[in-house]
Amino acid sequence: MADSMTSSSGKKVPTSAVVDDDELEDDEFVPAGPTANIGAAIAPLLLGAAGAYGSIQLGLGAPTDPGAGLWPFIICVLIVLCSIALLIGGKRFWDAEAFSRNSLIVGIALLTLVALVLALPYVGFEIPCLLLCFVWLRFLGKETWVMSIVISVGVTLAFWLLFVLALGIPLPRLF
Amino acid sequence: MDFSNVIAGFGVVLEPMNLLYCLIGVIIGMLIGVMPGLGPVATISILLPLTYSIDPVAAIIMLAGIFYGAQYGGTITSVLLRLPGEASSVVTVFDGHALAKKGKAGTALGIAAIGSFIGGTISIIGLTLVAPLIASVALSFGPPEYAMLALLGILLVSTIGNGGALKSVIAAGVGLLLATVGRDTFTGGERFTFDSLALADGIDFVPIAMGLFGLGEIFYNLDERHNKIDSPAKIANIWPSRAELKESSGAFGRGSVIGFFLGILPGGGATLASLVAYAAEKRVSKTPNRFGRGALQGVAGPETANNAAATSSFIPLLTLGIPANATMAIIFGALLLQGIVPGPTLINDRPDLFWGVVNSMYIGNILLLILSIPLVGIFVKILSIRAAILAPITVLITLLGVYTVRNSVFDMVLVIVFGVVGYLMKKFGFEPGPLVLAFVLGSLMETAMRQSLRIFGGDVTGFVTRPISGTIIGVIFLLIIAIPVTKAIIARRAEKRFGVHLRPGENALSVTLAREAAAAPETGVIPTVSGKVSGKDSGKDDADAASTAAAKRKGGTE
Repeated sequence: MADSMTSSSGKKVPTSAVVDDDELEDDEFVPAGPTANIGAAIAPLLLGAAGAYGSIQLGLGAPTDPGAGLWPFIICVLIVLCSIALLIGGKRFWDAEAFSRNSLIVGIALLTLVALVLALPYVGFEIPCLLLCFVWLRFLGKETWVMSIVISVGVTLAFWLLFVLALGIPLPRLF
Repeated sequence: MDFSNVIAGFGVVLEPMNLLYCLIGVIIGMLIGVMPGLGPVATISILLPLTYSIDPVAAIIMLAGIFYGAQYGGTITSVLLRLPGEASSVVTVFDGHALAKKGKAGTALGIAAIGSFIGGTISIIGLTLVAPLIASVALSFGPPEYAMLALLGILLVSTIGNGGALKSVIAAGVGLLLATVGRDTFTGGERFTFDSLALADGIDFVPIAMGLFGLGEIFYNLDERHNKIDSPAKIANIWPSRAELKESSGAFGRGSVIGFFLGILPGGGATLASLVAYAAEKRVSKTPNRFGRGALQGVAGPETANNAAATSSFIPLLTLGIPANATMAIIFGALLLQGIVPGPTLINDRPDLFWGVVNSMYIGNILLLILSIPLVGIFVKILSIRAAILAPITVLITLLGVYTVRNSVFDMVLVIVFGVVGYLMKKFGFEPGPLVLAFVLGSLMETAMRQSLRIFGGDVTGFVTRPISGTIIGVIFLLIIAIPVTKAIIARRAEKRFGVHLRPGENALSVTLAREAAAAPETGVIPTVSGKVSGKDSGKDDADAASTAAAKRKGGTE
């Protein structure tokens, strides 16, 4: 339906204008290689297979009296079938994105979050909060030292005022 | 139809607290529409913990306000910076930014705001008339109809939405599977809990939504950060002239109708509506070659349509209990948290909630019109806030926020786990939208399926022989064949014509429109000796950047 509407203009792009499409600029989308595409199919395949095994253990029951495992079993079979189709047709897919140097930042960010959760029950939320904010601003966000310190302190203070003073939420805390 | 409840609904809206939450909602919506980083789905997910502590009516009024407010806000960056704030504002870039280059940014924003207001308002009136009818029909639905409706909703969202259909169906399957974790309501046995006490009651909706949409998007943005923001174009003369309004009036009308109907369709929503409205405007225009070079209708049509669609996408949720897109899935979850099950009985059981939320949209749209015309300058200033500063603040709100729900460190861990999953899903081309949607519909669907099987005495053909569920199955079969085929045809055509492979989150229709808009040569430009039309290449990059920018910055899900 939408298709017929788009062809209405009758304008054609001259071929000279579209030769440069595969060039990859700095922040362009970089498609991932075949390994990633295979991985993207195998991960759900394994999940589906494991789920199907677990469902059979739960008991499928009969159509007249469905067991606890019947519904998850049906879903898992669906996941497995789609994953196999993805594996077979994987070459045609362009939508997996390659990891870049930036992806490392995500790893560091993840570590700071894990550290926050680990530290929270012992030292309260203030210090982890301040440190996380500072690391994200100074090292992940490349803000200046002064900016990073001022904003981290401000944010932590704002959270303390909001959660502790205004809302009275029993967050683990130092002060 | 009984109008007394509709009028009583205005009483609900005008309560000061509800008005306040409506205002907060639309301001947050405008802000996140303008700011780089988070989209409405992520924002609504992150704010879920807040809804525990406030009245359900006020909570849903606020969440709805964020959703349609973001449609207004997204326009501002499209016009001024060529960066669509929302996926549904991608097509606005083509003509909106062209107008801004001509020094008519104000007019473009004014027309967009007025169009959004008209589209929103017409759509609310449509909703008011249509919703009670659908709800009354749906009252006769039994478990088989519900099972099939839920299936239809999940399949539509998976196939129409961005991303590959196969991957979306897998994501939906995983969502359904996650919904089975915990105690089985029929047999009482535990499923997939791995003897963990924390999982015995099932996985909570809040950490899943906050992780996949909130934290996942923050991670993805860290990976993608550009920080290449130009200084915004100058705004003057925001009020459009009478002639300009007259020029756009047809587009307002058509956009409202297109938006209203496509918004009801699960998986359709604001993005598709804006694309179709743009294509329609170009087709009816007597001067289609002006499109891409600053045609007012090219701004008016899609902006009207996306707001109309945002409003009408509430219809399936409020009348059938089937969310039409990712945002509605979150609102569905928020209602369930409050102990309210959306469905055909909602309109009679909780008229205060139903009409309160619906009528709040009139007020919200008026507030947004005020915010986006006289106060637009303030929102433009927000553009200078850097993503690097917002990221740690949002991540802390997410983590501390989820803790406050149940004072549970385990929930924080879940958010981080699902955040990583959401990030990896986006990286590998899986949309988190279908997963969350399937998750919220999962237990409803399983219950309906198992009840149906008992009703039919184990005979699955019962689904086909019941008239309504049979019809839905027919529709499902048609769609399973028709949608992927149509999508493949559009994609192949686009690839053939423009020699491009579609990138994730990109819609073939939007790419086609972008290329066409860019191909429109500037007025008075004479082809140079080499046969290249000067000015065209930059135009192509503009539209190209725009069509991917939304998907990259905010994710394709609404």
